[in-house]
Amino acid sequence: MRGPPGLGWSCPGRDSVARVGVYFDAATAMPPHPVARQAFLAALDDGWADPGKLYTPARRARQLLDAARAAVAEVLGARPDELHFTAGGTDAIRQAVAGVRRARDRRLVVHTAVEHSAVIKAAGDLAVQVPVSLTGRVDLGALETALDSPEVAMAAVQSANHEVGTVQPVAGAAALCRSAGVPLLVDAAQSIGRVALPTGWSLLAGSARKWGGPAGVGVLAVRKGTRWEQPWESPVDVPAVVAAAAALRAVQAEAATEAARLSALVEEIRATVAATVPDVEVVGEPVERLPHIVTFSCLYVDGEVLLHALDRAGFAVSSGSACTADTLRPSHVLAAMGVLTHGNVRVSLHSAVSTEDVRRFLAVLPGLVADVRAEVGM
Amino acid sequence: MSGPLVVDALGRRCPLPVIMLAKLAAGHSPGTRIEVLADDPAAAVDIPAWCRLRGHTFISTDGDRHTVELR
Repeated sequence: MRGPPGLGWSCPGRDSVARVGVYFDAATAMPPHPVARQAFLAALDDGWADPGKLYTPARRARQLLDAARAAVAEVLGARPDELHFTAGGTDAIRQAVAGVRRARDRRLVVHTAVEHSAVIKAAGDLAVQVPVSLTGRVDLGALETALDSPEVAMAAVQSANHEVGTVQPVAGAAALCRSAGVPLLVDAAQSIGRVALPTGWSLLAGSARKWGGPAGVGVLAVRKGTRWEQPWESPVDVPAVVAAAAALRAVQAEAATEAARLSALVEEIRATVAATVPDVEVVGEPVERLPHIVTFSCLYVDGEVLLHALDRAGFAVSSGSACTADTLRPSHVLAAMGVLTHGNVRVSLHSAVSTEDVRRFLAVLPGLVADVRAEVGM
Repeated sequence: MSGPLVVDALGRRCPLPVIMLAKLAAGHSPGTRIEVLADDPAAAVDIPAWCRLRGHTFISTDGDRHTVELR
């Protein structure tokens, strides 16, 4: 058993994490950036006091928090006083939705059918889902129609999809929202620190663990002039926020290089899987996509069985197939697109993934898929 | 022509309904209609997707009854 010192475990070295296998689930959580670790430890020593107090240690914590806020705001294209730290990405989205509903005294949320479940849950029953294409792009005509109602409190359009990587036409959506007088929430969780962020939003939400910061830190930028009342204040964990900001600066500095490298690997996965695995559907936009996410579905394959086979082979991937979800329902994203939901595999890459890791995955995949199919006589 | 062929996949989880459909379809000629009875929520997405991938025609879904026509 390994774990943090002081809890009865010996402390793991960084290489012991790597030995577990190849981690292909960056879209869920990035491995913590080394800079985040250093910043966190330093801020534990220096920023433990309550930043709201007036004595010297509190002022020091406040300075660290302000510096973190300025650094994150710059990356998001926001002013520091527009930025709120939250208790995570889901909390950021819930605050965005609850705060606009309260300030505008309207309830209806118009959102794409492929938003993250955090948006769908925050919107609840008082929501209109806007359909998407077979590749997962929102139908702007349907969005325009949905916005044309006095009941609409806000719209939500993600920067890019978390399951299939499709980039959404946020500029077009923002123009429609502007002319309808409806505030637009952009969930940018998969884009922050990786690609250029969209503009034209009223609210922008993200999650630090998607960019190599700690879990439990979210960001919500609210453009000045947006009718939004903060519905609750989440406790601010200064060392975690400092670590999140440090990680974001670090990944942002390498974003263009990394995006090019990972996008080429995704392109290789898309082409190779389609060529070497029979009866497979590679889903999502082939060009207008995120650099790090690729998803495919294998006909006649049980997603859970394939996921475990890949895990035994040393590859940690995610799946939108029903059998891998706690609800036993297939991914709402794949269902809204109308693509095969079973036999689904999502591979999401990050800076510690090498070309060799990807090629080893591509080498073992066809045999594993064939084995799973053989077991059901296909 | 007699009534459509029926695949009873009630209570079966995906991908089994689609596998049962594909196995039955393999022995039949173009124009054959097959009704798949499947109550797994994934079937409503996966049966039309199977038709699209294999070039068959998806006719309709009515509750747990999904009808396809082979090409």
